[in-house]
Amino acid sequence: MHIAEGFLPAPHAIGWTVAAAPFVVHGARAVVKEVREHPESTLLLGAAGAFTFVLSAIKLPSITGSSSHPTGTGAGAVLFRPPVMALLGTVVLLFQALLLAHGGLTTLGANAFAFAVVGPWAGYGAYRLARALGAGLLPGVFVALALADLATYVTTSLQLALAFPDAAGGFAGAVVKFLGVFALTQVPLALAEGLLGVLLFRVLTTSARPELERLGLLPAVPAEERG
Amino acid sequence: MTRRRLVTALLVLAVLALVALPLALGGGDAEYAGTDAQAAAAVEESGYTPWFESVFPPSSSEVESGLFALQAAIGGGVLGYVLGRLRGRRATERAREDGRP
Repeated sequence: MHIAEGFLPAPHAIGWTVAAAPFVVHGARAVVKEVREHPESTLLLGAAGAFTFVLSAIKLPSITGSSSHPTGTGAGAVLFRPPVMALLGTVVLLFQALLLAHGGLTTLGANAFAFAVVGPWAGYGAYRLARALGAGLLPGVFVALALADLATYVTTSLQLALAFPDAAGGFAGAVVKFLGVFALTQVPLALAEGLLGVLLFRVLTTSARPELERLGLLPAVPAEERG
Repeated sequence: MTRRRLVTALLVLAVLALVALPLALGGGDAEYAGTDAQAAAAVEESGYTPWFESVFPPSSSEVESGLFALQAAIGGGVLGYVLGRLRGRRATERAREDGRP
């Protein structure tokens, strides 16, 4: 999902930067507010950031014969709501753009919009929908992480198609072309990411139960009723 | 508790299978090129030339993979630290509860 440095025409690069900036600023304020009002959240915030840091560093092979990396942004979106991930995700992208020549400064806005805004919101939406339909926490986490991952790559495909419409097929043709590169490859990786999220939250439900109760992920149980 | 362990093992196996099966089925002839690079190649095919270079391109693929490993190590380290602390905190709470009459 990393559009390489210089690979978006300047108007697109500027447009996506302007589009992503308010989300990132709002996200930074959300992080500061969370830490100030709930200092005990700092540990879990670190876990959410670390989770996306690891997952976005590891490129995995897929059925299509190409390889790609998961995003890991859904976990933090479920825990702290999506604005927090707008900041944490952008920090990850900035690290990769500056040190790894992966993604870039001119494409940071577009990449942040896909990775740190659309992905977390799509994952959070899927989580809320799953919970409203009666799913438990873990199935909700699974769909959230898988969908945050997929939605990010679909967004990247749309961004590239918008900038580089196909000579013959126009925008639609380009969408099909870029989805062909990204989407199918991502399906098994998104499923794997969903399962990794379930593993993470299984640990959190026992070790970080008070936090999950406060964040509204688990119903609060009075201390004396706990087994 | 054993059922919980079994579920954990199955989840880990499923993640490994999702990643390892393509490798096994691909028979080794696929190149597993990164999708980001494929997309960049598709863009360049249309005659587009990038107008900005990376500020700090890693000087070789070894350096690049090292930096990716560093990113994963930092993330894994922090994640392990947090989960370890949370687990330790729970163990302490349990011990304190058990200590009470």
